[in-house]
Amino acid sequence: MTARPTSLTLGDRLRGGFHLAACAAVFVFLIAPMLVVVPLSFNAEPFFTFTEGMLSLDPDAYSLRWYRNVIQDGEWRHALANSLLIGLAATALATALGVLAALGLTSSSMPCRTLVTGLLISPMVTPIIISAAGMFFFYSSLGLGQTHVSLILAHAVLGTPFVVISVTATLAGFDRNLARAAASLGAGPWVVFRRIQLPLIAPGVISGALFAFAVSFDEVVTVLFLGGLAQRTVPRQMWTGVREQISPEILAVATFLVGFALLLLGAVEWLRRRGGGPAQGNT
Amino acid sequence: MADTDVELHVEFRGVSKSYDGQTLVVRDLDLDVRKGELFTLLGPSGSGKTTSLMMLAGFEAPTAGDILIDGSSVRETPPRKRGIGVVFQNYALFPHMTVGRNLSFPLEIRGVSEERQAEKVRRALEVVRLEGLQNRRPDELSGGQQQRVAIARALVSEPRLVLMDEPLGALDRRLREEMQLEIRRIQHDLGVTVVYVTHDQQEAMAMSSRVAVFHRGRIQQVADPETLYEEPEREFVARFIGDNNILRGQVTAVSGGTCVAETPGGPVKAVPVRPFRPGEPTALAIRPERVVLSSRRGLANEFEARIEEVLFIGDHLRMRLDLCGNRNFIVKIPNTVGHGAVLKGDRVRLGWAQMDCRALPDERAAV
Ligand SMILES: Nc1ncnc2c1ncn2[C@@H]1O[C@H](COP(=O)(O)OP(=O)(O)OP(=O)(O)O)[C@@H](O)[C@H]1O
Ligand SMILES: [Mg+2]
Repeated sequence: MTARPTSLTLGDRLRGGFHLAACAAVFVFLIAPMLVVVPLSFNAEPFFTFTEGMLSLDPDAYSLRWYRNVIQDGEWRHALANSLLIGLAATALATALGVLAALGLTSSSMPCRTLVTGLLISPMVTPIIISAAGMFFFYSSLGLGQTHVSLILAHAVLGTPFVVISVTATLAGFDRNLARAAASLGAGPWVVFRRIQLPLIAPGVISGALFAFAVSFDEVVTVLFLGGLAQRTVPRQMWTGVREQISPEILAVATFLVGFALLLLGAVEWLRRRGGGPAQGNT
Repeated sequence: MADTDVELHVEFRGVSKSYDGQTLVVRDLDLDVRKGELFTLLGPSGSGKTTSLMMLAGFEAPTAGDILIDGSSVRETPPRKRGIGVVFQNYALFPHMTVGRNLSFPLEIRGVSEERQAEKVRRALEVVRLEGLQNRRPDELSGGQQQRVAIARALVSEPRLVLMDEPLGALDRRLREEMQLEIRRIQHDLGVTVVYVTHDQQEAMAMSSRVAVFHRGRIQQVADPETLYEEPEREFVARFIGDNNILRGQVTAVSGGTCVAETPGGPVKAVPVRPFRPGEPTALAIRPERVVLSSRRGLANEFEARIEEVLFIGDHLRMRLDLCGNRNFIVKIPNTVGHGAVLKGDRVRLGWAQMDCRALPDERAAV
């Protein structure tokens, strides 16, 4: 083989430059709307636009007043408490169910594997408005309309597919002989799960759980259908805010949510790098 | 032999196994494993060795038949209650635990006290000569060390029966030979029964008290290594264990313990492994090292042939001839002083004794 020429031709450079520019454009298009929100949330005036002072970087044009308002506002606090309660409960439920489902789906004696997987994943692809409407009628007929329970169940349904997918992926590389070895050493099914399987699939479980939580945390459609005043979550409160009292408080909350999402994403990525990789049998 | 007073440890009684409900990957298996022996299941890839071992360990259920341990059926006994140590082909060490935790795992489950655990782990590591590696993780060990940890883990709770599925498959030749001796030593010192799986016939010969040769889910022959080599009863065994020259022919005459078979190169005198009827097809097996180049007469079978090829192997010369319809007839001559210069193209006289030529049932038709 001949060595590669080290110097690039003009054409190569042009193509490279164009490629970069295209990427940058897509990036700006996707990210800019979100980034605009961040500085605006520090606006000292009750406007949704950049003021003269902000543009000239006058420190007095910036303030934390909207953040203060949000923190002190009883409605926002109530919404955050609801979001956390519903999110955490739904995540716990989705994680438990998703892990169980993934374990069953990867067992060698599973019949109709593809069909069952499809059913479990379906909440991810069904239009949310349809699921929400269906759940509305279903839970109402059970007398669960406008309760936290119905929202927790609904969000658990939406979050479970993420857990199933991420745990199934982790289990796919799981050496079946590890479980067999543990059994031959005297471990019952629970001990095998607790001591061998769970520690090895933990990264997959945690990243699935984070996704499930994120789904619940910014979900608004089912809340509109199933929730009443007592079940207002943060996104629901924002929805009201946008329609009724246009105030940069919403921008402060949005900034907070963006930061939170970045944090979750970072956590998932960190888990993945740190060995979401399935257990290796031999070297 | 006083076969009556050997104690049986494991018995397979008419065991068959099918995964898909159609093809039997193990067929009608009958096996007796004696207490304290190293019993090997030997066979080519896909012959059903692992399946048999997994049924014994309890990870697969037989489709038909029964397995007995110490005389009683284990059909209803789950793996964890069978008290069998298992060494898996890929070791199956728990990657998230140190060597020490891997070894103490079965002890913890049995509620052994911490001090006794430490003591037993230390002793198990001593047996496999890995003292002081407690705190390493499996991925910080070499293949040979991982392999020994896997053996130690299978032995640490002192089972009387240990199963090993091709435990040396991933090791290089030198390490493999070392480990063969090591496993023999451990098995002998502890007096445990070992059921060992391999597809390597040399390994089986070197280690085993007895060997069961598998082919397509069926047992071909069960015997000690020497008998397998000297007295194969099936064509498959003759071909699988060591080298054998196979000559095809038809039995023409049978008398007492001898027979004559007609081959494309003329009549050959042989020892039949079972009574043949005249006219039956047969496969004659002759070991390459039992063929002598002779000017001296007196061998039951003597032929003349041209040497097609000579290979210098080191400790012996390997000649290929075209003889009695076998174009790949191999003769080995030890590399001793005066083995004589043989050259490609020479015509030589050669022969073999009647007792070195076994007449086996021809299995070509039976495949
Ligand atoms: N879990 C399974 N499901 C379906 N078929 C299987 C399964 N395990 C093994 N088989 C089939 O059963 C046959 C015997 O397999 P087995 O693993 O017992 O062979 P083996 O003698 O151990 O071979 P090797 O030396 O390659 O390990 C093979 O044809 C294999 O394809
Ligand atoms: Mg196998």
